[in-house]
Amino acid sequence: MIYFDNIHKIYRNSLIVLEDINFSVERGEFLSIVGHSGAGKTTLLKILLAEERPTKGSVFFDSKNVHQIDGTDMTKIRQRIGTVFQDFRLLPDKTAYENIAFAMEAAGRSDEEISVNVPNVLELVDLNDKMWSFPGELSGGEKQRVAIARAIVVEPDVLIADEPTGNLDPINTYEIVQILKKINDLGSTVILTTHNKGVVDSVEKRVITMERGRIVRDDKEGKYVL
Amino acid sequence: MFWTNFKRIMRAGGVHFWRNGVVSLASVLVMTVTLFVISSLIFMSALLQATLEEIKGKVDVNIYFNTQASEEDIFSIRDSLGALPEVANAEYISREQALEDFRERHKDDFLTLQALEELDDNPLGASLNIRAKETSQYESIARFLESRQALSESGDIIIDKINYYQNKVVIDRLSRVIDGSEKIGLTITVALIIISLVIVFNTIRLTIYISREEISVMKLVGASHMYVRGPFIIEGILYGLISSFLVMVILYPITIWIGDITEQFFGGINVFDYYVENFGEIFLITFGSGVLLGITSSFLAVTRYLKK
Repeated sequence: MIYFDNIHKIYRNSLIVLEDINFSVERGEFLSIVGHSGAGKTTLLKILLAEERPTKGSVFFDSKNVHQIDGTDMTKIRQRIGTVFQDFRLLPDKTAYENIAFAMEAAGRSDEEISVNVPNVLELVDLNDKMWSFPGELSGGEKQRVAIARAIVVEPDVLIADEPTGNLDPINTYEIVQILKKINDLGSTVILTTHNKGVVDSVEKRVITMERGRIVRDDKEGKYVL
Repeated sequence: MFWTNFKRIMRAGGVHFWRNGVVSLASVLVMTVTLFVISSLIFMSALLQATLEEIKGKVDVNIYFNTQASEEDIFSIRDSLGALPEVANAEYISREQALEDFRERHKDDFLTLQALEELDDNPLGASLNIRAKETSQYESIARFLESRQALSESGDIIIDKINYYQNKVVIDRLSRVIDGSEKIGLTITVALIIISLVIVFNTIRLTIYISREEISVMKLVGASHMYVRGPFIIEGILYGLISSFLVMVILYPITIWIGDITEQFFGGINVFDYYVENFGEIFLITFGSGVLLGITSSFLAVTRYLKK
């Protein structure tokens, strides 16, 4: 479904961020990418989302090179990918409900679907009572749950979670991991980047380990080894 | 789907405008100042035009005829002058009218009037008062008259004097002043409009710069370019709409306040009357500039952050 083909990313000051990255992700897979800060995990995801261009190599999503398609096709691909980030990236002037509804509106869903699905997904992440709160009025864990709700409400083919537990306490971390596992059980592909050993070990799925921009391990049912 | 999206974009733009109250207020204020400058320029240009028209109206050329000149000869010259494209009008003043005007002018000058009574015949000749469309055209009219000097029916010279040559220096200078004023007026107008546009464009660019993170999130969630750009364009329209409304409201007391002063100083034009008579036009220009400015600035500013 997703294929990274010989990806290199070198910044102008000759800093090598990614080097010789080759791997594929199958439909329905749960992949954890682990590594220390600065290993290149986030850059890899940004290249997949076409937020950054690789210096060399290509990324294919359903056989389409994401850096060679036009804006409209990229928008369609983004509608099939849910994203969750360490810094949440919620729209600050929209309530929790509106943030989630925005993803559905962008995907062209009807008002009826939105009015049914948004409360459902908020219930799933246990945030019914915070439906009309703005991001500034929510705690870190609550913001992350809104971000996850926004990512999954459109039933994406792929969910990308970049250090989703980086800013959370152990209880919130556990809850977020459970939600990600549930989403994967429902059929979505999940790509999770983290440097949290506990999270990786509790998932017990495929693990790619990165060090200084290179892949050093790719284990089918791996653990956090660094 | 189009209408649903349109409705959603309208709502999102309105909500964003409302919730970012401080930023919206700042943008509206800057745009209000800009539109106020633009609308003031409309008044300034009307005042300048009226003043120049009045000055132009004061300039004329008189052709004085001999007392022997027949009315037919004068009318023939008047008709040929009237056919010239440069001539706005050519007014005939008969000998009798000239005498009456002279008496009126000297009604308190007993000696002059008495001297006039002593004469057997009316000593004053008829004249033609000519006004050109542009002050610069008097010279070519004067030249035309020179070529007609000897062309009376009988072959006698009937033109006594053309006062253009006495007034030539003043008329030429006035012509240059009027031309200069029009050019300076236009230059100042264009310069002020450009400065105002740049200020508004940069203000809106700044408000959108504040939202650049939001734009990247919207893109990530899969919003199309139009869906990201739409609400910002709606906000731009709202800035223009509210600002133009404010400008029209502000202009009302200001024009009342300075109306009398302008009437006395600038060729009889009262800016309040001008505001009332041309309300529709001024509103359309202000509103149109505001909305167009809002749309263009927002469109260009968002485009920068939408590159794939």
